[in-house]
Amino acid sequence: MTDNLVTGTRKSLEVVGSAPQGDKLIKKFLREPAAVISLVFLALLGVVAILAPLISSYDPTATRLADVLAPPFTPEHPLGADGVGRDVLANLVYGAQTSLSSAAIVIAVSLLIGVPTGLLAGYRQGWIDGVSMWISGALLSLPAIVVLLVVLARVGRSTSLALVVFGILIAPSVFLLIRGSVRAVREELYVDAARVSGLSDMRIMVRHILPVVITPTIIQAALLAGAGIGIEAGIAFLGLGSSDKASWGLMLNDASQNIFNAPWLLLWPSVALVLTVMACTLVGNGFRDALANYGSSADRTKTVKAAKRTGSTPEPARPLEMAPVDPGDTLLVINDLRVSYPRPNGETSDVVKGVSLRVERGQILGLVGESGSGKSQTAFSVLGLLPGQAEMTAGTLSFAGADLLRMTPKERNRLRGARIGYIPQEPMSNLDPAFRIGSQLTEPMQHHLGISAKAAKDEALKLLARVGIPDPERVFKSYPHQVSGGMAQRVLIAGAVSCNPELLIADEPTTALDVTVQADVLDLIRSLQAERGMGVVLVTHNFGVVADLCDQVAVMRNGEIVEVAAVNDLFANPREEYTRLLLDSALDSTSNTAGDHPIDRGLTAETEGAR
Amino acid sequence: MLMFILRRLASGLVLMFVISTATFFLLNLTGQDPVRQVLGPVASAEQVEAKRQQLGLDEPLITQYFQWLGSAVRGDLGRSWFTNQPVGELLSQTLPPTLSMVIGSLILAACFGTLIGVTAALRRGRLDRGLQVASTLVQAIPGFLVALVLALVFAVQLRLLPATGFTAFSDSPGKWLASITLPVIALALGSLASIALQVRGSMIDVMQQDFVRTLRSRGLPERSVVVKHALRSAAGPSLTTVSLMFIVAISSSVIIEKVFNIPGIGTQANNSASRGDLPVVLGIVLVTVVLVVVVNLLVDLAQGWINPKVRVS
Repeated sequence: MTDNLVTGTRKSLEVVGSAPQGDKLIKKFLREPAAVISLVFLALLGVVAILAPLISSYDPTATRLADVLAPPFTPEHPLGADGVGRDVLANLVYGAQTSLSSAAIVIAVSLLIGVPTGLLAGYRQGWIDGVSMWISGALLSLPAIVVLLVVLARVGRSTSLALVVFGILIAPSVFLLIRGSVRAVREELYVDAARVSGLSDMRIMVRHILPVVITPTIIQAALLAGAGIGIEAGIAFLGLGSSDKASWGLMLNDASQNIFNAPWLLLWPSVALVLTVMACTLVGNGFRDALANYGSSADRTKTVKAAKRTGSTPEPARPLEMAPVDPGDTLLVINDLRVSYPRPNGETSDVVKGVSLRVERGQILGLVGESGSGKSQTAFSVLGLLPGQAEMTAGTLSFAGADLLRMTPKERNRLRGARIGYIPQEPMSNLDPAFRIGSQLTEPMQHHLGISAKAAKDEALKLLARVGIPDPERVFKSYPHQVSGGMAQRVLIAGAVSCNPELLIADEPTTALDVTVQADVLDLIRSLQAERGMGVVLVTHNFGVVADLCDQVAVMRNGEIVEVAAVNDLFANPREEYTRLLLDSALDSTSNTAGDHPIDRGLTAETEGAR
Repeated sequence: MLMFILRRLASGLVLMFVISTATFFLLNLTGQDPVRQVLGPVASAEQVEAKRQQLGLDEPLITQYFQWLGSAVRGDLGRSWFTNQPVGELLSQTLPPTLSMVIGSLILAACFGTLIGVTAALRRGRLDRGLQVASTLVQAIPGFLVALVLALVFAVQLRLLPATGFTAFSDSPGKWLASITLPVIALALGSLASIALQVRGSMIDVMQQDFVRTLRSRGLPERSVVVKHALRSAAGPSLTTVSLMFIVAISSSVIIEKVFNIPGIGTQANNSASRGDLPVVLGIVLVTVVLVVVVNLLVDLAQGWINPKVRVS
C-alpha cells in the first residue's frame, strides 16, 4: 500500500503551486460526489465505532463452543458466529474502532516525524537535507511487514506498537511531500522578501511556508489513513496483533481457516475493509482533484477529441485580394482556415479566424505578428500537428495540388518529413534526449527514402557538414545534451531538409538562439532554400528576419491576416495602421541597440507564447 | 557511468551495513531473554546458562556483534537455534518460492501495466476514466484479500488450481506454474494498477513535449513515435515505480504466503520471529536488504540506458 502513498506524494506535489486555501477548496471538494459520499461513509463508520457497545451486546473476543460457525440471520447472531464462536456483528463494529484508531496512530506518527523534518530539510537544505534524504530512502527500501515481524518478534503481539513502527516507516512519504513543497515555495519572492526584512527562519517557516503545505498534508493524511487500516488488517491476519482487540484482519484470518466449510465469513470483513480503505483514498483524491481543478489547466478536466471537419460546407470566406480559385501548381494554398480550442466552460476560443494564404514554389513567405496572433497555429495546421483538442476547419488546404483536407492521417504523415519539412523554435527541447543525434537524422531518411542504414549515415554526415557543423562525426555520435543550442538548431535544420522537401515550415527558427548565431542560421536557411528551390513559410515576429529573407509578407493580428504584400512594398508603403505600428516599434528598438545587422531590428521583447 | 554505478553500489553497501547492525541490536537489546524464549518458561536456570554458553550468548554483546559481522562478510550467517540448520541453507530453500512469486508478479504487472497505461494515455476518454476508477478500487483492496477471494473462487469452488503449497520448478514446471498462478495474480494486481497509472501519467507528459511533435513532423510512423521514442522517455519514472513495487511485493508476500501456505521466506520469517530464532530472522532481514539493493542497482542501470545524461556525465 506504500506504493499509492509515494506516487501520491508526487501527484500532490504537482498541485502545491495552485493551492487555494480554506473555503474555496471546501466548496470545490463538495462538488466531488465520490469524495463527499466517502466522507459521509467514514463519518458513519465513526459513529458505529463509538456506539459499538449499543449495537452489539457481545464481547467481540469472547469465544463460545456452542456457537462455533453459527449461521447468520438468527436473532442471537444476526451475522452468524465464527470458527471459535465469536459473534460476527460484534467483531465487525468493534473492528471499526480498531481500524479507525489505527488510522489515527499512523497519521499522527508519520506527520509528527515527516512534517518537522520535511520543513527543516526543505528550508535549510545542505547536509541536513542530504542526511535526511538518505534516511528517507533507506526507510522506503525496507519491506514494511518484514520490519514489523522483526520488531514484534522480540516484543510480542502488539497492534499499537506495530502501527507506530509502520508510521515511522511511512513517514518518508510525508517528509518528501513537505520537503518538495518547501523547496518549491522557498524561492518565491514573498519568502525572499520576508528573509530580507529580517524575519527569523522559524517565523518564516511558520508564517509563510506552513500554510502552503497544509492542504497537501491533508491529502496525504487521507491516504495514510487507508494505508494504516490496511496494514492493521494485515498484522492481525498474520496473528501478530493484540489478542484482546477485535479486528477485521483477525476476522479474515478466521474466515480463511474456515474457507471450505463457511466461506460466507469472508463477506463482511472484506466489504468493511475495502469500503473503508477506498473511502480514505477517495477523500484524498477528492481534495487533490479539487486542487487540480482549481488551476486553469483545461486539458486535465476535459479532453475533446480532435474533430477535423472537412470543409465541404465552408463558412463564408473573408474576401481577400488574393482569393485563390484554382490551386494549380501553387505549392501551398490556404483558404479560410479556422482553428479553435474548447474552453473548460464549454465555449470555444478562436485562435485562427479565417486565414487565407498562398505560397508559390521557391517563394519565401514571412508570417509576422505578435505573440498569440495565431501564426504558429497556422503553421501547425499545414503540418497537421495541432494539439488533439484543437478544432480546425478550412475552405481549402492544398499542398502541390493535393487536397490535405481529404487525406487520411496516414497520408498526411507520408507528406511530413518527406515533402514538408519543419524547423522548430526551441532547439534543445525538440531533439529526443534519449537518442543520439545521428539516429534521429537517419531514422526519417531510412523511412522515407528507403535507403540503407549505411547510406543514411553517409547522407547525414554530409548534411551535418552542409549545415556548418565543424565535426560531423562527433556530433553524429553525440546526445542532444552534449551540443550547444546553435548546434542543435543546425541539426534540426539538417533534419528538416534531409528528405528534400518542397515546402519548409520554419517556426521562429532563430528566436531561442544567441544573437551571434542568429545571423548564421538565417544565412543557412537562405542558402539551403536557394540551393533546393524550396518554398518556405517563415513564422517570425522579427521584421529584421523578414527584410533579410522573405519575398512576401503576411501580417497577422488576433488570428486574422491584416495585410499581405511583397516585402519591398510593405517596408516602403505599409497600407494598414497596424503594420505601420509594428514597423515603427521594430525601428525603435534598432536605435536603442544600434545593431548593424538587420536581424537586430526585432521586436526584441516579443516571445512566442501561443503555441 | 562507472562512477555512477560504484556510487550506487557503495550506498547500497552502507544501507546493508546500517540495516543489519540496527536489526542486530534491536533483536538483542529488546524484549525478554532470548535464551529463555528458546527454552521456554519451565527450563531451569542451569539449563538456561548452559544453553547461553552453547549459543555464545555469554560473550559481551559487542563481541557477539563483531563475530556475527565477521562471519556474515564471509557468507556464513550462523545456524538456527532450533534446528541447527545453517541459515544460508534455510534461505536457499525458502527463497525460490518467494522469488518465483515476486518476480512473476512484477513481470505481469510491468507488462500489463505498461500496455494499459500507454493505451489510456493515447486514447484518453472513457477507457482512461475507467482505468482511473479501476485502479483506485484495486489499490484499496489489500493483496491478501484478493488472495483469499481468488483461493475461494478458483481453488475451493472451481477446483482449477491448488489452494495451497508450492512445487519447485525443477520438480514439475507445470505444477510450479499452477502453484504460483494465484499468488502471483494476488501480488500483481496492486502493482499493476500503480504501474499503469504511472505509465499513463508519464506518457501524457511526454506526448505533449516538443520533441514528439518534431518527430511527428519528420513523418515517422506512429508506432515508432510512441513505442521507440515516447515510451522510452516515459519509462524512467515508471521504472522507479517498479523498484518500489518490488519492495511492496516482498512485504506483501509474507501475508500472501500465509494465505496459500507457501513455504517461502515470509513464512520462514513469521515462524522464526514468533519463536525467537534470532539468527534466522537476522539472515532474512539481510537477504531482503540485499535483494532490494540489487533491484535498485538494476533499475539504476536501466535508468542509465534510458537517460543518456546519467550514463555519459
